[in-house]
Amino acid sequence: MLLIIACFGCGLIFGAGLLVSGMTQPEKVLGFLDIFGAWDATLAFVMAGAVAVSAAGFALARRRGAPALAARYHWPTRSDIDTPLAAGAVLFGIGWGLVGICPGPALVNLAGLSVPIVVFVAAMALGMLGYELSRMRGASGTAASSVITSRADG
Amino acid sequence: MHDLTPLSGLFGGALIGLAAAALMVLTGRLAGVSGIFGGLLTSRPADRGWRLAFVAGLIAAPLVAWLSGAPLPRPAMASNLALVAAAGLLVGFGSRMGNGCTSGHGVCGFARLSARSIAATAIFMCAAVITVAVVRHGFGG
Repeated sequence: MLLIIACFGCGLIFGAGLLVSGMTQPEKVLGFLDIFGAWDATLAFVMAGAVAVSAAGFALARRRGAPALAARYHWPTRSDIDTPLAAGAVLFGIGWGLVGICPGPALVNLAGLSVPIVVFVAAMALGMLGYELSRMRGASGTAASSVITSRADG
Repeated sequence: MHDLTPLSGLFGGALIGLAAAALMVLTGRLAGVSGIFGGLLTSRPADRGWRLAFVAGLIAAPLVAWLSGAPLPRPAMASNLALVAAAGLLVGFGSRMGNGCTSGHGVCGFARLSARSIAATAIFMCAAVITVAVVRHGFGG
């Protein structure tokens, strides 16, 4: 139960950070990506703040043997730069650039239940399921069971 | 609307970093939103509780702000719903195929100095910048 409360609290703080930073507003995000227009560098400051604080926290985590409320750390283990990583990043980047919304801000914005956000989140979930299905179809038999294992980087 | 807001950006970013740090220190999980949300759709039932709690926290953030008088977020977006749906499909499919999004690769990956995540972030940033350039300025179109 404590674990669930901690996860809820972390989601709440994460969402508050997205709201405070302005990253739930697509025009702020698109303003950063529009380097040929009226460039808005805010996203770089958001990244700097987020990376600095999380790096300090991760360093603290690595000094402790185990997380406070769970048996072990689930650090990503992969370090290879492969084709699915690059191709997935290209597709993700195109979708992100089209509307200025990525998964975190999409879920925070879901609270307002505006039609475009509901459409976006539904399509995003479909896209995720579509990828898992295509993976299952590609990996026949034994490998298909690996679909349910949690996947790497986040 | 394209005003630089560096202080709220830094402060909001620090909150995001605090949440990512706390999630790791407390629960051992990496704060990658596409991974947490995607796992909700595909993972074993026993693995869903913490994911659901994190996503509920994300959605609750603007509701808490609303209770103290802020408007609910209803962002101005592209009015073409087919375009919005296409973007959502690409973001969902691409983030799972590439194992992460702006939070998992962008924030946590940079914080871990993961070459894999830094490469993914560079690629999706470039793809997004080119997409915006084509859509807004018609470059290469």
